[in-house]
Amino acid sequence: MKIKQLSVFLENKSGRLAAVTRLLASKGINIRALSIADTSDFGILRLIVNDPQAAYRTLREGGFTVSLTEVLGVEMPDRPGGLSSVLTHLEEAGINIEYLYAFLGKGENGALVIFRVEDLDKAIEILSAKGVKLVSAENVYAL
Amino acid sequence: MYWNPKYECLSAEELQQLQLERLKATVERAFLNVPHYRRAFQAKGLEPGDIRTLEDLRKLPFTTKDDLRENYPFGMFAVPMSEIVRIHSSSGTTGKPTVVGYTRRDIDVWAELMARALVCGGATRNDIIHNAYGYGLFTGGLGVHYGAERLGASVIPISGGNTKRQVMIMRDFGSTILTCTPSYALHIAEVIGEMGIDPAELKLKAGIFGAEPWSESMRREIERRLGISAVDIYGLSEVIGPGVAIECQEKNGLHIFGDHFLAEVIDPATGEPLGPGQVGELVLTSLTKEALPVIRYRTRDVTALLPGDCPCGRTGVRIARITGRTDDMLIIRGVNVFPSQVESVLLEIGGTEPHYQLIVDREGSLDTLEVQVEVSESLFSDEVRRLEDLEHRLRQELESTLGISVKVTLVEPKTIARSEGKAKRVIDRRKL
Ligand SMILES: [Zn+2]
Repeated sequence: MKIKQLSVFLENKSGRLAAVTRLLASKGINIRALSIADTSDFGILRLIVNDPQAAYRTLREGGFTVSLTEVLGVEMPDRPGGLSSVLTHLEEAGINIEYLYAFLGKGENGALVIFRVEDLDKAIEILSAKGVKLVSAENVYAL
Repeated sequence: MYWNPKYECLSAEELQQLQLERLKATVERAFLNVPHYRRAFQAKGLEPGDIRTLEDLRKLPFTTKDDLRENYPFGMFAVPMSEIVRIHSSSGTTGKPTVVGYTRRDIDVWAELMARALVCGGATRNDIIHNAYGYGLFTGGLGVHYGAERLGASVIPISGGNTKRQVMIMRDFGSTILTCTPSYALHIAEVIGEMGIDPAELKLKAGIFGAEPWSESMRREIERRLGISAVDIYGLSEVIGPGVAIECQEKNGLHIFGDHFLAEVIDPATGEPLGPGQVGELVLTSLTKEALPVIRYRTRDVTALLPGDCPCGRTGVRIARITGRTDDMLIIRGVNVFPSQVESVLLEIGGTEPHYQLIVDREGSLDTLEVQVEVSESLFSDEVRRLEDLEHRLRQELESTLGISVKVTLVEPKTIARSEGKAKRVIDRRKL
């Protein structure tokens, strides 16, 4: 259930994002999802790719500061209230969400959202118990 | 745990009385016997009789390395050559070397100070002292040697180099205390590893390291890899050699042996004395040297006087570990800033030594300081909040240490240029 996400430190200057994508492309690594959180000075690029270990090695060797974090992929009905019910479950269990972002593609039956939470194991337990569909890592990498 | 408790633990009052008597005598001798000092005093309209209290020290002129160079080789000696029993010299890598001389009594005092220092650093007469400081014109080797003999310890005068042989001797002879530069200690640790020797096979228990600035993280590294307790020792040939100051087992600053030296910390730009905790240049006055008395010698070493007493019971002042050279000093908005201060803040917060750079610029009439820090994997987080916290903490710590406002910028690794050898830490864009 745990999906490996890459986080890359980027300075806010032109060409840095392009450099990352070029590097990954040169190794045949495919990006499944991405999001950027930025401040005035720097940004953190978060990536889900088809081969996280290879991407990690490639970016490190390319001189980037990069880390691997475990996140959760949650599939939810693509209709009003879909996200809200998942958030409610987490809130009731007292699980803090560090950040989340929506997948670029879609799940089989609904929308995919990536969650980074404080307590991953607990979140998996709660959401599974509530019947929420969690997407396996293999499925996400292979999307 | 003291070599000379009478003098190491003198009451403040007694110490000041002793310092004053010795200062007066030193000033008198320098004035009478060294033309340079006579001229320098007269230029300030001073006579030896004007020194009546310890505060009068401030009236005296500074002595610089250039003064020693201009009087090369023996012009600063206060005794005839027939009284000189030893000559040492600096390497002179940046210009003419400085030459220092010792009378028989100077050598005796030096041995006493080094015996004190060794005991302060954890040595006893039962120790086997592995002295890997260089012997020769450099004062380190012979300074430690005479002190170890005075203490009654067994000294191995191995000097530097041939590290595998050093390690073999260390193991076979059962060396218990290592004396050398901290970087050589790390090198020895590496060679021990390469030779497949477990440090536990050695009997080493302590190390007394000096002759170059080193950091707290380097101490931890040496202690971990050699399984010893490491202390910092300070000295410089112009003042006597090693043994001017040393850490005790509390490791909270270096004790200056106040019955032989007066220490001040000054603002290197203005020459004004600074209070405890304020970072500036160490200035030393010798109180007992016969051959080469030094009066207010500007060491160029960056440190601060430390407030409060040490639990070990030694009295007199303590200084913080030396963090750099005043040659690197920047003046930003009228405030003295040393790159070494920035380095120590980064070290404390990051736990390791990150690459960093200071960028000084001027906007309108206001100087600005930006500190760029490369984000290593140990500093990085995938959460913006944590990186912003890091920036915030760095800014606060830097501002409270430096006393000026600072912009902290996190930058990608390898974006700060590496120059060969020494890193270029400062880019000054001000057009002055
Ligand atoms: Zn102490």
